[in-house]
Amino acid sequence: MTDKVKKIQSGDVRTASRLIRHLEDNVHEARSTMKDIFPLTGHAHVVGLTGSPGAGKSTLVDALIEAFRKMGKTVGVIAVDPTSPFTGGAILGDRIRMQRHAEDPGVFVRSVATRGALGGLSRAVGDAIHIMDVMGKDIVLVETVGTGQQEVDIMHYAHTVLVVLIPGMGDDIQAIKAGILEIANIFVINKAEREGSSKLRKELITMLNMAPDSAFPAGWRPPILKCENAFQPATFSQSVMDLAQTIHEHYEHLVKNNLIGSWSNRKAATEFNEAIRCAILDPILNSLMQNGELDAMIRKLVNKETDPYTLAEEIAGRFLKMG
Amino acid sequence: MPENIIRVMIAKPGLDGHDRGARVLARCFRDAGFEVIYTGCHQTPEQIAAAAIQEDVDVVGLSCLSGAHRYLFPAVVDQLRQRGGDDITVVGGGIIPDQDFQFLYDAGLKALFTPGEKLDDIVDWFRKNVKKRD
Repeated sequence: MTDKVKKIQSGDVRTASRLIRHLEDNVHEARSTMKDIFPLTGHAHVVGLTGSPGAGKSTLVDALIEAFRKMGKTVGVIAVDPTSPFTGGAILGDRIRMQRHAEDPGVFVRSVATRGALGGLSRAVGDAIHIMDVMGKDIVLVETVGTGQQEVDIMHYAHTVLVVLIPGMGDDIQAIKAGILEIANIFVINKAEREGSSKLRKELITMLNMAPDSAFPAGWRPPILKCENAFQPATFSQSVMDLAQTIHEHYEHLVKNNLIGSWSNRKAATEFNEAIRCAILDPILNSLMQNGELDAMIRKLVNKETDPYTLAEEIAGRFLKMG
Repeated sequence: MPENIIRVMIAKPGLDGHDRGARVLARCFRDAGFEVIYTGCHQTPEQIAAAAIQEDVDVVGLSCLSGAHRYLFPAVVDQLRQRGGDDITVVGGGIIPDQDFQFLYDAGLKALFTPGEKLDDIVDWFRKNVKKRD
């Protein structure tokens, strides 16, 4: 085992955050460190928070850190914010709400930018979860970008997914749509002091009532919790304490009903997909980009001299030796 | 192919809530293609240094308009050193009298930007001087 891995195992933040950076930057050596990290994973309970922009995810994460710390658990946070599709830059602002924990050695908060990844996460998120896991964090909270309806990648990485909603976001039909509402293990109605929170709750109950039993693995029907008025710290922390307890119960439910296994299968498949893409697609695209072929191909496509399907087959024929 | 995106933390140490300048810079750095972590106002030097290490930034930009820069800026440099972050570049900005410049450079700040500075010039300085770390 390398020194780096030992340092990470001992919880060294500097080494861990540097490694996450190298993974984000696609530095080749970082991949080989991950080979040593991978077998050591499996300790942390990974909790995802998703929901629309402004739903209060960062504030909830901040309060959940406090709640889990009170329960004696160490916490890692991965907060994802969007990269500008035009400049490649990003403002990572989730941390503002969590700065009071900056000096707590039991808390490690890392902001990451999506860097072009779709699905509400970034390519480095899976690796960052592993690294925090191996650092010994009991809970890893992953806050996705503010999502629409289809950014559901978090379900492949988190044991427990929280969908954070706020009253007044849309009419009833939203509740029967596929996508983000289907991935919730726990619903949080945040800012519940606002008008419309009872209506939202009723809509969610109706939606759950219409779902088939198969939607509730081993009978886990997603509970709906309300969190209200973050500006009244006493009541807010109490409702977040209840939320932390429910998150814990969900994990126990997974363990008790042997559901961790099927979850692990799904997660392994996702990670493998991603790793294959890194190992095969990226080098091909890089080589095409470096010798200028990619630009030439795109020109041909624009001029309709060929079509993407033929080109892709040609490249597969050139680079891949199947079977 | 390895990417090389500059990561910046913009932080406001001490009891100064005037963050318009810090926000304008955060936006300007985003538009320059940097990743910007903004910590908000009223931060202690310890909080700023701890966050910079957790976020693995290349550079910390401190903003202070209250006159406490002679105490706060060196304190951040010192806290970063104590946490093994001496390869992180620290720069400052705000209302800083000329006679304090040398004192702050001696304390380890690499550049100071005061009112009237052009945003493009600041971005250029970052591109030229923020060194790549291994």
